[in-house]
Amino acid sequence: MAELHVELVAADRKVWSGEASLVVARTTSGDIGVMPGHQPLLGVLEPGAVVIRTAGETGEGTVSAAVHGGFITFSEDKLSLVAEIAELSEDIDTDRAQRALDRAKSEADEAAERRAEVRMRAVAVR
Amino acid sequence: MGAQTRVYKRRIKSVTATKKITRAMEMIAASRIIKAQRRVAASEPYASELTNAVRAVATGSNVKHALTTEAERPSRAAVLLIVSDRGLAGGYNSNAIKAADRLTNRLIGEGKDVVNYIVGTRGVTYYRFRERAIRESWSGFTDNPSYADAKAVAAPLIEAITADTGAENGVDELHIVYTEFISMMTQTPVDDRMLPLTLKSTAEESAGVIQDNIKRGPEVRPLFDFEPSAEQVLDALLPRYVESRVYNALLQAAASKHAATRRAMKSATDNAEDLIKSLTRLANAARQADITQEISEIVGGASALADASAGSDR
Repeated sequence: MAELHVELVAADRKVWSGEASLVVARTTSGDIGVMPGHQPLLGVLEPGAVVIRTAGETGEGTVSAAVHGGFITFSEDKLSLVAEIAELSEDIDTDRAQRALDRAKSEADEAAERRAEVRMRAVAVR
Repeated sequence: MGAQTRVYKRRIKSVTATKKITRAMEMIAASRIIKAQRRVAASEPYASELTNAVRAVATGSNVKHALTTEAERPSRAAVLLIVSDRGLAGGYNSNAIKAADRLTNRLIGEGKDVVNYIVGTRGVTYYRFRERAIRESWSGFTDNPSYADAKAVAAPLIEAITADTGAENGVDELHIVYTEFISMMTQTPVDDRMLPLTLKSTAEESAGVIQDNIKRGPEVRPLFDFEPSAEQVLDALLPRYVESRVYNALLQAAASKHAATRRAMKSATDNAEDLIKSLTRLANAARQADITQEISEIVGGASALADASAGSDR
């Protein structure tokens, strides 16, 4: 089966790239799953978790990441996830994210709370 | 020691001290170029992915949007000039400012008002001294810009371009002037129209499309599915696009600044070396003159004494 070439790119670095069989991301109009052969697509991402089911050379497995806004573009079996901030869930410190979430809640800092929640969600699907 | 020799010694000492400083600055700049270059390279994937996305929307939809459509009668243009906070970088700042001046004159010639946005103390003082209006300015991060800095710079620009032109803040065009980092030895100031997307780049793009078509046969470019809609995608893309362009320009300007500093400091060090060499020659000559004078004084004194004692013997 054909594979997707996925690039996960943050503003200041390339976070991850490799081959995948399925990518699930959350756009502003709902979750979307992209498999090889999908129609060319350009969507606006919601802050949330992205799940990449890897395949081919990269090996079978699942990679998940937290993306804070951004875009998903897909054409000719090349999929790019472009986000200002993107973190692989394995790079996220769960305790720290939880602490940040608690602190944001107590300080009623909505932006920080949302960021922390996105991180926690990405960790949960790991 | 003669007075002349002492003066030369003192000057050699002070030039040596200056040389040490310029050599240190040269080495600091050299190490920073590498870092800055790496950051430029690291920001490239994001910028190119975003440009691809913008291209996809521009070619794959016919939505009217500030990002893609030109105003019928553009009356006001914003110019963002990126220079550095500090000098000691040869012609780096003045070259970028000159490029901005040229662009400003051209825009005024086209009948547009120019609104200035400036990054870097050097540019701000230049404009202040000439009593030119500055809409907004930033400084303090030109050596090492972060994405947050780029966002701070881009925010008022985005606001201005999305605002109605009739409104007080609105502009029709967005230009950016910065120093492009081509290589260690070459950095050139460039002016670029960020928005609306330049005809030049679209011409290049369409040339690319045509070439692609030649390669792949007359294939229709894929029609994109926009999620949720083309307008909303553009609305979301516009600020990100501007931010990433500003970020990339800031990083390139920083790398260019370091390269210019390194070059300026290298030639300063070389000059100091030349100066030390010629001063050492002069100091040696002066010392030799002192010695010669002293010897001739001694010889003169001795022969005077000999003459006097020879006279008394008689």
